Amino acid sequence: MESLSLLGDGLATALTPENLLWAAIGVLLGTFVGVLPGIGPAMAVALLLPVTFGLEPTQAFIMFAGIYYGGMYGGSTTSILLNTPGESASVMTALEGNRMAKKGRAAQALATAAIGSFIAGTIGTLLVVFFAPALAEVAVEIGAPSYLAIMLMAMVLVTSVLGSSRLRGFIALFLGLTIGLVGLDLNTGQPRLSFDQPLLADRIDIVVVAVGIFAVGEALWVAAHLRRKPLSVIPVGRPWMGRDDWRRSVGPWLRGTALGFPFGAVPAGGAETPTFLSYVLERRLARKGHEFGHGAIEGVAGPEAANNASAAGTFVPLLALGLPVTATATIMLAALQGYGIQPGPQLMTEHADLVWTLLASLLIGNTLLLVLNLPLAPLWAKLLRIPRPYLYAGILFFASLGAYTANQQPFDLFLLLVFGLLGLAMRRFGLPVLPLILGVILGPLMETKMREALAISDGDLNGLVDEPLAVIVYGVIVLLVVVPLVLSRVRPGAAPTARVAEDTIPTDPTDPREPREKETAR
Amino acid sequence: MSAETVVIAYTPDEFGRAALEHGIVEARRRSARIVAVNATRGDALVDERYADDAAIDALESALAESGIEHVIRRPMAPDVSEAVLEVAETDGGTVIVVGLRKRSPVGKLVLGSVAQRVLLGAGVPVLAVKP
Repeated sequence: MESLSLLGDGLATALTPENLLWAAIGVLLGTFVGVLPGIGPAMAVALLLPVTFGLEPTQAFIMFAGIYYGGMYGGSTTSILLNTPGESASVMTALEGNRMAKKGRAAQALATAAIGSFIAGTIGTLLVVFFAPALAEVAVEIGAPSYLAIMLMAMVLVTSVLGSSRLRGFIALFLGLTIGLVGLDLNTGQPRLSFDQPLLADRIDIVVVAVGIFAVGEALWVAAHLRRKPLSVIPVGRPWMGRDDWRRSVGPWLRGTALGFPFGAVPAGGAETPTFLSYVLERRLARKGHEFGHGAIEGVAGPEAANNASAAGTFVPLLALGLPVTATATIMLAALQGYGIQPGPQLMTEHADLVWTLLASLLIGNTLLLVLNLPLAPLWAKLLRIPRPYLYAGILFFASLGAYTANQQPFDLFLLLVFGLLGLAMRRFGLPVLPLILGVILGPLMETKMREALAISDGDLNGLVDEPLAVIVYGVIVLLVVVPLVLSRVRPGAAPTARVAEDTIPTDPTDPREPREKETAR
Repeated sequence: MSAETVVIAYTPDEFGRAALEHGIVEARRRSARIVAVNATRGDALVDERYADDAAIDALESALAESGIEHVIRRPMAPDVSEAVLEVAETDGGTVIVVGLRKRSPVGKLVLGSVAQRVLLGAGVPVLAVKP
């Protein structure tokens, strides 16, 4: 098993004290931001992008991996104790988890979420170890036209399948693609959308966009809704599980992993669908079916495992194809580019040490999380008492610092504010952030591939469809767009998962959908 | 309606309970009505001194048991002490009851106390009680 020996080498690199330290920092930071709703791992990684200029790529990615997994653990803590899912993937965990907590079984809910995440994350990472190299080997052969088609598919999937509204998704995507266009054309050197501003012609730094949208946008949004009725947190001690809880959790953990990983690995991304499916599956399977809706441990164990397995799965397209499908992965891809590393199939061979150390540190980060999270859970719950002004003052400070240090241009601070306002507007109008970030980062890559394909065919448009794979992928895209449209015509009542999730979404303080009601609720 | 009003600064902890206890005694003595205030700054996700619905229900039943005419106010304001004082003013409070924390002089220096600011800012007598 070549992969295993490579992973062994990766473990050896990742296990140096210094790298372990970065993993621990990442994990703690990730849990910190995950616990606080509204601040996610994507924002944390975006804020840390400038920090990484002083770090080796390996160390930076070890830290990012820790943040990524840590964010997920943190999110489940908040879902269970506060009934406030920090991200859409935790909605299902909140359903049963919070009811368990209300019944006084918060410790068991947290334990099954933590251990389930650990198991799913570990199995998922091992699956990545086996799948990603194989996929990369095939992917190296893929030509520019097919590559373009696959990127398009990822964009269409992320925009139309995830999220509640296609229109909003596509608005966000095109906003992102437009931002990605600003600056000098990489092929011809012509300035585009730069409004005769030499600073804009330099292309907009991804740090500025990401930090502006995630950090400043969120800070402005919170500032606009500063005072809200506090929620009651359920006090919890150290998480633990009884024998019966173990017996009931093992099945859902494994089934959740099996459901979650493929959804993450296919560039369809998003943990919404698999967590929802896992919840439904466990509900069907539960012999104590009546307990669902009143705090069934299976309803926490399954979705939480699915969530983490799908998070691990997203590393397959990210590492093998250079295709990110979550906001955090997208920003990690930007970090790769910042190091001058070209993401894509050749990543596995050209930067094998980086990839294997990253995978190994995912395993280590997962273990660290389990070790840290079980005893620290009561402490994490205390974080929720931090007054928002202090928290967001800190975030804005780091956001401005990061945006400025990227190029040391005061103009970037102005851009940061512009993107912050855009982020605020997106939250206000319920536009998803992921398609925008994906558009900004994948847009230029996609353009390169299209130019490449057209250059090969001498400008003939047939060059875009002269590979069978490309044709198949375009077919899939058409199906993806048309089938749901037809389905919604035929069965108007058919509710996609997103809508179900939306109905059951409990009070999320950062939820743009109900700002009015929140303001008046005293 | 009674001529006098006892304003109780309530929190769901021992200090709030002490204030409630003494507030009810005071209301009986003055044959006054009670206005219980539980305020929050509302700028954190969780504020353990802001009573949730269950705690408010408990407060309501405790007040109902005393048989005194009462109102519960749950304002949200930038400053909790200001909120208490404002309620005292608008509801025509004749006395304010607050629970007092045991504080060393140094502790008082470091942490601003809501009770202290109520004491300093109130235009009516303040009854400060300890649990």
